[in-house]
Amino acid sequence: MMADILFTAEGVTKKFGGVTALSDVSMAIARNSIFGLIGPNGAGKTTFFNTLTGLYRVDQGRFTFDGKTLNVKAPHEVAQVGIARTFQNIRLFGEMSVLENVMVGRHVRTKAGPFGAIFRPPSVQREEREIAERSRKILDYVGLSKRAGEKSRTLAYGEQRRLEIARALATEPKMIALDEPAAGMNATETVALRQLIERIARDGTTVMLIEHDMRLVMNVCQHIAVLDYGRKIADGTPAEIQKDAAVIKAYLGGAHGEGEGSKA
Amino acid sequence: MSGIFQDRRKSMIALGALAVVLVLLPFVVGAFGQAWVRILNFTLIYVMLALGLNVVVGVAGLLDLGYVAFYAVGAYTWSLLASTQFDLHYPFWILLPLGAFLAAVAGLLLGAPVLKLRGDYLAIVTLGFGEIVRILMNNFDKVSLPWSDTVYNITNGPRGITGIDGMSFFGFKVRAGTELFGLQISGLQIYYFVFLFFAILSVIGVWRLQHSRLGRAWQALREDEIAAKAMGINVRNIKLAAFAFGALTGGVAGGLFAAMQGFVSPESFGLLESVMVLAMVVLGGMGHIPGVILGAVLLSALPEVIRYGADENVQRSVFGFVLIAPEVLRNLIFSLAMILIMLFKPAGLWPSPERK
Amino acid sequence: MDVLLQQIVNGLVVGSVYALVALGYTMVYGILQLINFAHGEVVMIGALSAVFSSKWMLAMGMGPILALLLATLLSMLICATVGVLIERLAYRPLRNAPRLAPLITAIAMSILLQQIGILVFGRNYFTFPELISKTPLTFGHVTTTPNEIMIFVVSVLLMGGLLWLVHNTKMGAAMRAVAENQKIAGLMGVDINKIIAITFAIGSALGAIAGVMVASNYGQAHYYMGFMLGLKAFTAAVMGGIGNLWGAMVGGLLLGLVENVGLIFVRGDYKDIFAFVVLVVVLIFRPQGLVGERVAERA
Repeated sequence: MMADILFTAEGVTKKFGGVTALSDVSMAIARNSIFGLIGPNGAGKTTFFNTLTGLYRVDQGRFTFDGKTLNVKAPHEVAQVGIARTFQNIRLFGEMSVLENVMVGRHVRTKAGPFGAIFRPPSVQREEREIAERSRKILDYVGLSKRAGEKSRTLAYGEQRRLEIARALATEPKMIALDEPAAGMNATETVALRQLIERIARDGTTVMLIEHDMRLVMNVCQHIAVLDYGRKIADGTPAEIQKDAAVIKAYLGGAHGEGEGSKA
Repeated sequence: MSGIFQDRRKSMIALGALAVVLVLLPFVVGAFGQAWVRILNFTLIYVMLALGLNVVVGVAGLLDLGYVAFYAVGAYTWSLLASTQFDLHYPFWILLPLGAFLAAVAGLLLGAPVLKLRGDYLAIVTLGFGEIVRILMNNFDKVSLPWSDTVYNITNGPRGITGIDGMSFFGFKVRAGTELFGLQISGLQIYYFVFLFFAILSVIGVWRLQHSRLGRAWQALREDEIAAKAMGINVRNIKLAAFAFGALTGGVAGGLFAAMQGFVSPESFGLLESVMVLAMVVLGGMGHIPGVILGAVLLSALPEVIRYGADENVQRSVFGFVLIAPEVLRNLIFSLAMILIMLFKPAGLWPSPERK
Repeated sequence: MDVLLQQIVNGLVVGSVYALVALGYTMVYGILQLINFAHGEVVMIGALSAVFSSKWMLAMGMGPILALLLATLLSMLICATVGVLIERLAYRPLRNAPRLAPLITAIAMSILLQQIGILVFGRNYFTFPELISKTPLTFGHVTTTPNEIMIFVVSVLLMGGLLWLVHNTKMGAAMRAVAENQKIAGLMGVDINKIIAITFAIGSALGAIAGVMVASNYGQAHYYMGFMLGLKAFTAAVMGGIGNLWGAMVGGLLLGLVENVGLIFVRGDYKDIFAFVVLVVVLIFRPQGLVGERVAERA
């Protein structure tokens, strides 16, 4: 089954001082699939994530996206290319309303500048209307339209996670990367999240899922890669991963500390 | 605009009432003396300054403690090009845009090197920038080039520039005042309307900016820079835009200040002035335009009222002697009020509402 | 060359005072992430109290050295009290408030203390009695005074003492813990409020000594003296890397040196600009300050 490939990592290596956080990591993500990236704490998941989203520079190797080398010099270019992300430790714009948070996501696909803002020519008015309408639709999509006017910091935890996804979707990404979206969620919320993720992929956005919740990953992903100590130790379908000896060893026998060493 | 004007009809009535008050104000106040009209005009200048700084600090979250430098650029642009200093007398429609432009350039010059600085580092560098501008104004009365002995007097140093032209429209000099329908209108009262015009323009401009794509990007930057970047916002550009717009507003206010006063000196542009404008923004309610206007009105008018109320004569009649110099008492009450407001309303007197 | 040497000596003397004041800023910043704008005014209060108390002591027939010691001690006591009161009344209630609220309070506190300074002491320039000789001493081509030597030596001793305190005592460990992470320090049983109060007391007492030094060096004190001094000292602290004790010392000395050595090349009118130009340049190339550690951007 040769699927249409959207994203690849080719021999990506990242060092911090003397520590190799990522060592020769390669993977490929098929378009419109849900791809899981798992691994014990400190395995390098978040480092991988931050590297591909432009927060860190790679030392060796490269990423390709949509057939081209992903060459981002600043974090903000990543969204332009079509990769949106959420954050492990939710980073919403707390004092802005729920709707405004999503509207910020439209920034990268719109263009009004300071003069447009002040003089408001018809083109800018149209753009503003389009931004608001589209953002409302996205809020509806994740089930938050009732909270549109509230400040985002007042939302419940699970709602904040969904808002982050909505905000990322507003950038019209080809791929959305979710960093531990189920963390801190209860069972009902996780089920709703799973349905949302599946819907996003069905509607044509590739999902890259970095997760701890093994059940969620196994249930929702078509393909999974496993990192351990900065190396990829396995790659395959959920069924294959569940049987993989190296993975089992890493998860059960690993002497990893509980501290989240992959943070930064 | 905000929650208080829910109903369109109600808001029209409120606006109408506000307009009537604003039109009558200089005449009511003028009945107590022209000095009060001048205070009123200063209030409008501070409203503009506070609105401009609000974009930088309140909306974009960039702590700027040298904002008055841009006000100074505007004031000195006007003063040097329309005064007896060099015997240049350009008209206002050149001077105001030029002052605004130069101030914006100064804003970019300040902004560019400090883009990477965060929080308090940014505060102290902008503070330093403000001091540099003030010290330069103080010392540019004796500029000499290394290769020549000629000494140029550009700013007239601490003595300041006098003999500055007022504003004039088609040969009509504002400062002279006029008579309209048998009503004596003083120069200061005409300036009031000019300033009011620019203040309203600033309100509209800032409101529109804040509720635009750029304004949302600024707020996102203020709330979380990393998340803003992940949303594809070019943080560098919007920071520069914030500095430039804030500076531009300050530059216009500076030009108006010079035109009304006819005299400028570096003393008017010290750190305390920057601090005062910042206090207006924070006390009123950062990022919330009505709050910021309230802060500007309170902090610019209140000290004058206290000074008047605690006048030496008043004190003498109450205590039989002058207990505290009015100037000291003013600053005392003023600083105490600032502390108390912050202690009891840390988000400001009129912060933005919880629901939008 | 002689001029350079002379200016280096002058710079070290002024710089050591900047460093002492900078320590007050940096200690508070390290613990509360607050620019304590009022610190310059605390220094002013220290200087003015010493002016009045030492004059009174001299009039009572005390010897100059004893008068200086007692007056300094009294100033330290007054300033420490003022510092602790400021924290208790104005900053503590705002510890969890929006970031700019305490800053505005600090600025207002600075104005308030200036007014109190005027009310208590008056608006005049007050001469500080010459308690330690200012007769010039010449070493080779460099001239200094016993007073200047005293300033430098005492500053260095105080800085050494502070470093020892912070790194070798239980209280110092608690201070470092609170600066590192208040929540965890609290869980470990550190009385955070007490440590913060102590920090303010120590910083203010150091400021008092610096105030006495400045007053004795220039022979006068004034209610407005704290403003520029505080500004420069804070600049020095930022330059060195705010929150870092070594940074404050390095920044202070460096600022003193740059200002005085710079005088050889540029007219004195621009002296006050140096501080800020150097600051801007340092921060552009080392945004975390000279000694400060780079804080990685967290994702």
